[in-house]
Amino acid sequence: MRDTWILFRHSLRVSMRQKAGVVFGAVQPLLFLVLFGPLFATIGTWETLVPGLIVQLGLMSMGLAGFGVVFEKRSGVLERLRVTPASRLALLLGRVLSNAVTLVLQTLLLVAAGYAFGMRAPLAGLAAGLVLVVVLGTGLAALSYAIALTMNEHLFAPVMSTAVVPLVLLSGSFLPMSMAPGWLDALSHASPFRYVLEALRELFAGRYASATVLTGVAVAVAFAAIGLLVGTRVFGERTA
Amino acid sequence: MINTTGLTKTYEGGPEAVANLTMSVAPGEIVGFLGPNGAGKTTAMRMLTTLLKPTSGSAVVAGHDLLGDPREVRRRIGYVSQSGGVDPAVPLGEELEVQAMLYGLSRARASARAAEVLALLDLTGLETRPGGALSGGQRRRVDIAFALTHRPVLLFLDEPTTGLDPRSRAALWDHVRRLRAEQGVTVFLTTHYLDEADALCDRLLIMDRGRIVAEGAPAALKTGGRTLDEVFLDLTGRPLGQEAGA
Repeated sequence: MRDTWILFRHSLRVSMRQKAGVVFGAVQPLLFLVLFGPLFATIGTWETLVPGLIVQLGLMSMGLAGFGVVFEKRSGVLERLRVTPASRLALLLGRVLSNAVTLVLQTLLLVAAGYAFGMRAPLAGLAAGLVLVVVLGTGLAALSYAIALTMNEHLFAPVMSTAVVPLVLLSGSFLPMSMAPGWLDALSHASPFRYVLEALRELFAGRYASATVLTGVAVAVAFAAIGLLVGTRVFGERTA
Repeated sequence: MINTTGLTKTYEGGPEAVANLTMSVAPGEIVGFLGPNGAGKTTAMRMLTTLLKPTSGSAVVAGHDLLGDPREVRRRIGYVSQSGGVDPAVPLGEELEVQAMLYGLSRARASARAAEVLALLDLTGLETRPGGALSGGQRRRVDIAFALTHRPVLLFLDEPTTGLDPRSRAALWDHVRRLRAEQGVTVFLTTHYLDEADALCDRLLIMDRGRIVAEGAPAALKTGGRTLDEVFLDLTGRPLGQEAGA
């Protein structure tokens, strides 16, 4: 625990030195909110769109988190840390928790912008939604680090930024997948992000004890557990 | 301080990078691993520092079993890799403090220790500078500073002076000698500079194609008035600068 805390604080301090980077990470969903939101609002509600953009943000921000470790690998920092007695779980968790704090700040920025455009959601729903997104993001960041350590470092950025696009579209970020043709709807059920997004929309609507929420929570927790398991294993085994 | 028995590393689909390495290093010794690029020096060092799992064999490093107790080995060793490990964006003092805290020091003690190692390596005054703003020689000394934050009993240096100018190399040799003289640190280093091996090491292990082909004090190896270059050529059939596979 102590090692995780030390590495979390260090990683967070490094991230927060680049405040522009934190804000810039949320620019794409913010652009969707500003330039696509008013169009979407003619057929849907802000309470439907903003959770979708939060999932898009989570996928982009946490899915590409592994990029940081590519730099650490190149500079030899990761190898230096691997020769300390710090546990492999701490080496991973310190970074992942720091990414989670960044995601929370970016999400709050997006939610505030959503409010400015007219989105309304109960505070409890927002808080629960934020927790859900952090749980999902934790697993995603851990997987991203595992991929960054196993994949050719020159391929990581193009592969991951491309992989994020279908994941965002299949989650139903921009339009609920219930509107999709049968085959696309069926395909999107294979994506864990769809279940989490549907749960997020329920929470933003103030419905907390529905089967949709329970499913979303279960999927997010399972995804986080798998991501952390894979991430820790790779951190322990890979010659970084 | 180091005892290995039949330590071997075979990469999937490749030849043995290190074959049946059996050797020992006594406390307080400075031992050099000499060999051309690709001879297996770095692979051997990465196994001894717990970064790479051996395919077979065993080793006791700093009093602990390498395979059974790698965390205790890590507590007692310092390691400076070939590529270094300085974050170009983080102030030096801050990073040294984090490094020391990972060895169990409180924040206050870590901060004091960071100042101590910086002074030891003539780096005082650079605490607020990020790694990217340091010269090559300073960066290499910072790498050693990282490895010393927890007062290791055994220091591994992988090609510590590669890429440094002659003055920085000589300064680094002095630091290594002082570490042994003042703190009793055992040093195990790899190099492909013969003058470095000659000037710094009590004993040399000459490695070729994953195997130790000769061992002894520099003076003892230079029999018949030969230079280390000539010794190496006689042992391996090629000069030191050549790749192992060539």
